[in-house]
Amino acid sequence: MDRQERAVVLNDKDNVATALADLEAGSEVTVEAGGRTVTIKLTSRIPFGHKFSLARIERGAPVTKYGEAIGNASTAIDIGDYVHVHNVISTRGSTGREGADR
Amino acid sequence: MSFLGYARADGSVGVRNYIGVISTVACANDVAFWIAQQIKGTAPFLHQAGCCQLMPDIEMATRTLSALGRNPNLAGVLLVSLGCEGTDVDRLEKEIAASGKPVRRVLIQKAGATVALNEGLLFAQELVSKASEIRVQEFDDSHLVIGVKCGGSDTTSGLASNPAVGAACDLVVDNGGTCIFGETTEFLGAEHILVRRAVNKEVADKLLKIVADMEKRARASGGDMRGGNPTAGNIAGGLTSIEEKSLGAIVKSGTRPIQDVYDYGVPVKGKGLFVVDSPGREPEFLSGLAAAGAQICLFSTGLGVPQGFPFMPVIKVTGNPLTFQRLPDHIDVLVGMTGGKGTGLRETGERLYREVLAVGSGKQTKAEILGYGNFPGLYTLGPII
Repeated sequence: MDRQERAVVLNDKDNVATALADLEAGSEVTVEAGGRTVTIKLTSRIPFGHKFSLARIERGAPVTKYGEAIGNASTAIDIGDYVHVHNVISTRGSTGREGADR
Repeated sequence: MSFLGYARADGSVGVRNYIGVISTVACANDVAFWIAQQIKGTAPFLHQAGCCQLMPDIEMATRTLSALGRNPNLAGVLLVSLGCEGTDVDRLEKEIAASGKPVRRVLIQKAGATVALNEGLLFAQELVSKASEIRVQEFDDSHLVIGVKCGGSDTTSGLASNPAVGAACDLVVDNGGTCIFGETTEFLGAEHILVRRAVNKEVADKLLKIVADMEKRARASGGDMRGGNPTAGNIAGGLTSIEEKSLGAIVKSGTRPIQDVYDYGVPVKGKGLFVVDSPGREPEFLSGLAAAGAQICLFSTGLGVPQGFPFMPVIKVTGNPLTFQRLPDHIDVLVGMTGGKGTGLRETGERLYREVLAVGSGKQTKAEILGYGNFPGLYTLGPII
């Protein structure tokens, strides 16, 4: 088994990290991003598999994961903020809130 | 690096040496199944297509069965025909034989299933005997043709097993081999990103067209594939948008340029990364990969799925340690959540690549040992009539 980390940044261009465990609000998480190691203080609880911000993202700016835009910030997002459907809007489909098909 | 395989007359290289017992229509399945049960060294291909379908689907069934018969893992083919099926059995026999493989055929409507069975048993036995004389040879890894797939996905899929399979896919391409992916459904919402990897505008246009056509077919059946995604379950798991969901799936194809887009049921020619227009459901998708000429499938899963395929080894890869623990009879490889960069992912990709070469050289996958995968399917676009 490979080394254990608490969060992962999937591409150097990303401005979000994904939690690999349930992370508590106020806790500090160290991730490798863009070839360097950064420590982020979380502003809220981040469940396993959910995302937090590595940088301030202005309203309307792209949220980047896998090195690609996964949507735009619908409000300004601060470092360490929880990033999900409440502050990101898809540019290719719905926000997903309808969630119908399966 | 190299692997041990079987040279075929058409220049392709097999990693298994089966005689395919191919049913040409749903009604012939039983006889094909009986023969394959009895004769060691055979692999059945059973399905529900081949009759009472619209012409485009009948054509797709014929061309896919023909392509399956030419898969390099088969040393020869026994066609089990009913007689009045829609599939063009003469064409099947001709095309498979033209690839240099021995082909035999039995006909149920000639004198009944028991006679067809008896004839088929003898044909299959002869074909297996001949195939068993083919010796394995060493081939360099540019002869690899790998398919990739994800299914039974969970949160770990997009974070661990899909990036790991993608890293292995890049290695296949970098070493001169061929890698095939598909599941057109999963491109939805990220097709604008995928097209940037197309080698030219023609290929980019083909990618956009297969996505648009799929959405059109869904709408014609009353479904909205874009609006329902991500699903409530996806959102609970942390997926925010359809782009994120699709990117997490597409990452299993690695990062190399897309050379071309193929229709379902057509053998892929050439080296590098290719797309086959195909549905995501396992039975039909795995048949699509085998028809494209894949020797081995790397299958990424989160929750764990059992699927194999009659004559194409399927290597199951998970990033979920609980799934690996729960399903030791199905999952071949556990990978860690090393992320999409740095040495961790590279090492994981290399580990998967070595597993591909080992399975290529004869190492049995969990699904092969278990004998799981006897019920594949053929993709159909229209109704059964």
